[in-house]
Amino acid sequence: MFDPVFIKVLFGTLLLASSSAVVGAFSFLKGESLVGDAIAHALLPGVVLAFILGDGRHPGYLIIGALIAGLIAHYGIAFIEQRTKLKSDTAVSLVLSTFFGFGILLMSYVQRTGQGQQAGLERFLLGKAAAITMMDLYVFTGLALLLLLGVALFYKGFQLMTFNEDFAAAIGLPTGGIRFAFTVLTVLAVTVGIQAVGVVLMAALLITPSAAARSWTSNLPRMLLLAALFASAAALGGTFISAAMPKMPTGPWIVLVLGFFGFSSLILAPEKGWLARRRRAASNRNKTQRENLLKLLYGAEERAGEPVAMTAGAMVDAREQHYEGLTKTLRNLKKEFLVVERADGFALTDLGRIEGRRVVRLHRLWELYLTERLGMAADHIHPQAETMEHVITPEIEALIVKELGNPEVDPHQSPIPYEED
Amino acid sequence: MEKSIEVHNLTVSYHSKPVLWDVDFELPKGKIIGIVGPNGSGKTTMLKTVMGLMKPDSGYTEIFGQPLDKVRERVSYVPQRESVDWDFPADVMDVVLMGRYRKNNLFKRITKEDRRIATEALEKVNLLEFADRQISQLSGGQQQRVFIARSLAQQADIYLMDEPFVGVDAATEDAILKLLRDMKNEGKTVVIVHHDLQTANEYFDWIVLLNTRLVAAGPKEQVFTKELLQEAYGGRLTVLSKLGDLISDTEFPLREPDFKEDQPQG
Repeated sequence: MFDPVFIKVLFGTLLLASSSAVVGAFSFLKGESLVGDAIAHALLPGVVLAFILGDGRHPGYLIIGALIAGLIAHYGIAFIEQRTKLKSDTAVSLVLSTFFGFGILLMSYVQRTGQGQQAGLERFLLGKAAAITMMDLYVFTGLALLLLLGVALFYKGFQLMTFNEDFAAAIGLPTGGIRFAFTVLTVLAVTVGIQAVGVVLMAALLITPSAAARSWTSNLPRMLLLAALFASAAALGGTFISAAMPKMPTGPWIVLVLGFFGFSSLILAPEKGWLARRRRAASNRNKTQRENLLKLLYGAEERAGEPVAMTAGAMVDAREQHYEGLTKTLRNLKKEFLVVERADGFALTDLGRIEGRRVVRLHRLWELYLTERLGMAADHIHPQAETMEHVITPEIEALIVKELGNPEVDPHQSPIPYEED
Repeated sequence: MEKSIEVHNLTVSYHSKPVLWDVDFELPKGKIIGIVGPNGSGKTTMLKTVMGLMKPDSGYTEIFGQPLDKVRERVSYVPQRESVDWDFPADVMDVVLMGRYRKNNLFKRITKEDRRIATEALEKVNLLEFADRQISQLSGGQQQRVFIARSLAQQADIYLMDEPFVGVDAATEDAILKLLRDMKNEGKTVVIVHHDLQTANEYFDWIVLLNTRLVAAGPKEQVFTKELLQEAYGGRLTVLSKLGDLISDTEFPLREPDFKEDQPQG
């Protein structure tokens, strides 16, 4: 399995996949993921025509054929968008299906004449990395390096055009030229990429690595690097699997591995990932419950005029709602020295009193803010304050206090308890 | 009067419907100028046409007496904040550095000097401590200040800003206003598209009142009169509006093919 040919194929596939991913990243960021797909499908007739008219085994003809077909497709889409009332996605679909249909037609014709088999035209549909010749490999690996170089060279232009095209035009950048460069790079990236995954699944190679990478970083160079790494890893996995199983096309396996990276990134990613959001929701629930308990104890002290203790049962009664995990929360509060457990129940420590006072203060400040600034009636404000007391940060608290001019009492005439310093 | 922007007989259409009809005015240098009008009155189109982002059907514009291409490095543009996707992977410094991009340094790396200028610009809008912050994590007011910092980094002589006061908090509004006055004191010209009549009188020295056609242009004392405001905000002219729809429906060209435009000299 580790013969020199295989190593070369592997290395080539890594470069093919990562160069396509890096070029595709800008389409992904611009929200034009479908355009890459359309160009990929549109390349098919170009590639097959190059085979019929030129020497099908020479990669040079394939590249030229692909380039011409790709550019026609790209400018065809742009033309339809500008000159007709069709929406962009319709224009893209129209070009994609027409070109692809034509390509399949040409392919059937070549296959009937019997030349197709020997040239391995099939591989353009679903990719078969192991089937490419050494000559192909050298040419396409060189092309992949060229692509990476092109992106590095045009980095500033691509970055600005993707983020804010109007500004790029306003400062006098040659936007038409940059777009042309990007189109050529995309077409070449697709030409290179279809060697590995084929026309049908090319969009996955352009877009999925970036979609996965974007979950992990908000830094463009790092995102490009990560996308290249994801694509390489997928290419590695796909090539191994298809090499191990002789009848297996490479493309679907590479794409499956990529899909795995994509979906697991959506689940695992920090901050925006599904797991992180679930964790955040749990932590918010926990914070709310802790603060409600401290507030409850502080309120009881306020009414009694002296430190009091409450049993867990009394707490449930007072809040008139069932507390899930009440014992655990109380245990945690105890561990952090916010409450102490006495014979007659739980009581606030000095630290806990400060925290409880803070929650009560935020509640009353927000009630006052709602009546003063939003003109809400006094009987409507309590539920709102129940939530906001857990959300308001010290900075916002300072703003409210300043805006309301250090108020003394809330709309229900309860004192607003400040910290004495 | 030394002129900053000249607009000559400008007609511009959007989706083949005219949104500016034969607009003609001149703006002075070293003033804070408001382009004011109701929603859909062609203010943004006006700015985009001056910036060369939209092609006029007829007429032309000049900046400092020259076509835009000759003076591009002296002109700075602040697009509407909502016109970009703030989820783009970039931090504040990345965006401000874009103000240093030029046609002739497109393929070159960002220099130390670029970074120094960008840092200075961030300082002016009080965002230096946010230099490493992801732009997706900024508030609306902060995003607006990032855009203004990017435009300051261009070190231009005239600044065209599209609705910089929309969706910003009171503190940002004050900061922007102070900045505008500082810029004016340095002899810069600032042109601002603005839809809010309440504040227009306070912000600007000079006002262009638009509502598809030019209603008035001049020092604010002359323009900010009850009659002119009523004319600008009293709805669109029925004839213009009907004719615009007709031209759009029939795809009729706005100039006859052999019509020769008066073009600027040199």
